Amino acid sequence: MSGANGNGASGLLADVDAQRLKIVIVGHVDHGKSTLIGRLFFDTHSLPDGKVEAIRKACEAEGMDFEYAFLLDALLEEQEQNITIDTTQIQFRTQRRPYVIIDAPGHKEFLKNMITGAASADAAILLIDAKEGVQEQSRRHGFLLSLLGVRQVIVAVNKMDLVGFSQERFEALEREYREFLGKLDVVPAHFIPVSAKHGHHITGPSAEMPWYRGPAVLQALDAFALPASRADQPLRVTVQDVYRFDARRIIAGRVESGSLSVGDEVVFWPDRKRSRVKSLELWGSPGAERSVAGQSTAFTLEEQIFVERGQIASHPQEGPIEGQTFSARLFWLHEAPLRAGASYPLRLGTQEAEARIVRIERVVDSGTLEVSPGEAAQVRKNEVAEVTFRTRRPIAFDNVDRITETGRFVLLQGDRIGGGGIIHGGEYAALDRDGVRADNLGWTEGEVTPEARRLHFGHRGAVLWLTGLSGSGKSTLASRLERALFREGIGAFVLDGDNLRHGLASDLGFSEEDRAENIRRAGEVAKLMAEAGLVVVVSLISPFRTERQKVRHLCHEAGIPFAEVYVNAPLEACEARDPKGLYKKARAGQIPNFTGIDSPYEPPAEPELELKTAELSPEDALRALLDKARALTRAEGGLVLPGGGI
Amino acid sequence: MSHLDKLEAQSIFIFREAYHAFRKIAMPWSMGKDSNVLIWLAKKAFGGHIPFPLLHVDTTYEFPEMIAFRDWAAKEYGLDLIVKINEEARARGVGYETHDPITVTHELKTVALQQAMAEHQWDGLITGIRRDEDSTRAKERYFSPRNADFEWDYKDQPPEFWNQFTTRIQPGEHVRIQPLLDWAEIDIWRYIERESIPVPRMYFSREGKRYRSLGCWPITHPVPSHAATVAEIIEELRTTKTSERAGRAQDHHERNAMQKLRAKGFM
Repeated sequence: MSGANGNGASGLLADVDAQRLKIVIVGHVDHGKSTLIGRLFFDTHSLPDGKVEAIRKACEAEGMDFEYAFLLDALLEEQEQNITIDTTQIQFRTQRRPYVIIDAPGHKEFLKNMITGAASADAAILLIDAKEGVQEQSRRHGFLLSLLGVRQVIVAVNKMDLVGFSQERFEALEREYREFLGKLDVVPAHFIPVSAKHGHHITGPSAEMPWYRGPAVLQALDAFALPASRADQPLRVTVQDVYRFDARRIIAGRVESGSLSVGDEVVFWPDRKRSRVKSLELWGSPGAERSVAGQSTAFTLEEQIFVERGQIASHPQEGPIEGQTFSARLFWLHEAPLRAGASYPLRLGTQEAEARIVRIERVVDSGTLEVSPGEAAQVRKNEVAEVTFRTRRPIAFDNVDRITETGRFVLLQGDRIGGGGIIHGGEYAALDRDGVRADNLGWTEGEVTPEARRLHFGHRGAVLWLTGLSGSGKSTLASRLERALFREGIGAFVLDGDNLRHGLASDLGFSEEDRAENIRRAGEVAKLMAEAGLVVVVSLISPFRTERQKVRHLCHEAGIPFAEVYVNAPLEACEARDPKGLYKKARAGQIPNFTGIDSPYEPPAEPELELKTAELSPEDALRALLDKARALTRAEGGLVLPGGGI
Repeated sequence: MSHLDKLEAQSIFIFREAYHAFRKIAMPWSMGKDSNVLIWLAKKAFGGHIPFPLLHVDTTYEFPEMIAFRDWAAKEYGLDLIVKINEEARARGVGYETHDPITVTHELKTVALQQAMAEHQWDGLITGIRRDEDSTRAKERYFSPRNADFEWDYKDQPPEFWNQFTTRIQPGEHVRIQPLLDWAEIDIWRYIERESIPVPRMYFSREGKRYRSLGCWPITHPVPSHAATVAEIIEELRTTKTSERAGRAQDHHERNAMQKLRAKGFM
């Protein structure tokens, strides 16, 4: 708003460079936010000359009554619709200090604007209408404030003039709303009975409400604390970029917490490369020795280690958590619901990684606090949920209660931010004497080790070899397993007669030699694919024990987990099912060398898993198979995932 | 950290995020106080360098003193400067002598900018707008997407919080990056004072008048003032109750002029 930056009244302040307290005003639509803000401006004389007159004239021209709200709602459409569309940030000041006011809108569909505004607030005024009482939006906004970490709150019960300044009404509302906010760990500093329109309890006491002994709104605001410095927390620097504009190799980023000094040893996560700060390179401040929380900084290192955007630098002690699995409380703002099993780009600090929604543990209706019991399939717009995530590669993060800036993230839906979340319950690794955990991560320069692949994909490659008669249910099980694994973020692929015999083995028939060769080739391909990081589900009759043993040996030699799965159904059952009509043709002599008819099948002596498909339900068979696959692919050795990885 | 330190740190952070997010980026430069502060902040963000071109959209109604300042500063800072004039509109005779200010501003500023964007295929533009300048600008984001027609959908803006910004766009769209959004007029001057940033002489009082905001000469008027130094300007701003753009005729031409201009792609 033109000049409502309060340039005008800056003379009230000896120090214009005083820190602003950012406040957000939230609540249900029409509960009087804009009026309250207009009033705060008016009463603190923070408006430029002529502003009020201009609005008064405009109102006259339109044949409308003058409202304090118009001082804010400057957009024509807004005046027509009588609602506030977006967050506006404007400044006013009291004798004590300057304020930035974020006017957050009340309409439900504008929640993303409220979040945008409230996320940067130091304190909040929750507004409720004395007449209408606590509405869904009042509750929703209270909930979101707790999620955004806004802890300094006052509740203004507005429009007291409409309830005859009733103490009884005020106290009833206070009881109801206090109880609700208490469930969210939000404890308001004050409940204040207010009439913004008539100026009661904005700047001082009110003759209409002698029963109220507490502070007026401005006094309550003045009692709030400015945000505490984060300089004494553990160091976190989010790396934004590495610049080589001249001879220097400058690492640019922001000190989110703690402080960074020349000579400090620093570790870059998640790579955990170490180096020492050689110099700070702050243009205009030559010879700077230290950067503290909140400052944008730039520095060079003693050793030229590999550093890139997205990494987080810490001191060797008190580093962040590194991992791929974590739990978070999340709010969703997008039309398209957040879906369990789907992947979204996640941004935390300057890191970006694909993150899969492993499970939506529970969904909370942010308006009523009603919890949907059990796991959910999706989180709809404006809902809040507890979610377990898994990122495709390890990322560095903190629990939000330890370090705020690296404990929260956003998810993208398409090109836009779809929601945000805060991380909790992550376990910090035990440190060895030198600080950083000394486990062998398998990161080597140049060579991509199996370990590195395992870290990248979040699971090991493996081979599950399904053997059994034609019609025993191998193909069905294999493709269902492939789907189930894929949904869990495990890269899986089925190799079967269809995709092998049309290409790689198109030169082979069904003689004993050709069958053996077919199995040999399938085994070699499965091994290679597993080495590349995939879980390969082979579905072949593979009737000969010796050939299967050769494949098992091949995989073990290469360090690939291998499981032989005997899909065991009696011949009669298979022939009765005869899904492809092959038994019929074989009996008619049209298919020579058909296993079980005129060619032998040698069952496995010691399979890792036997599935009697004639007796088991398809679901039970799949579950047993899935458990086996999960056990086989678990990323064990070399990496302990916080919160227990998959 | 003082208030100014915080503003500076956030602006530098935004500059770096913008430079990383967009391959082809440019910074419109009006030679005014805000865009000179932007240049300064860019140098702080990139270790004394400005790794992208600056664009001066020349309406051909610039004060001669501003052109002189432009040429001096371009040399002084070693800027990669691009000057753009909408020659086609000038050839058609578009000018303040014959047209209303809204039309002229649209043709010689907005359309000229669109022409430059088409020529250079920029997907990010760093601008010096501030929330406190105007109620429409109060609603802005740090990263504000524009569609292929340069339109700003202020009714449905993407969420922006926790220093995560809108950086993904479709072909033809671009993003306005606004590092000075949180700054107030007095912050700009206090920063100019603290850092000794050069600004054109026209901001300082001569014969009892000075310019508080600079635009095209036919529609920009000085305000009564005796502030002849940066310190005196700051002192004046502490006590004034006149809004910054009071000397900009285009704003008063009709109600909601600014909103119309912004929605069409004006700064």
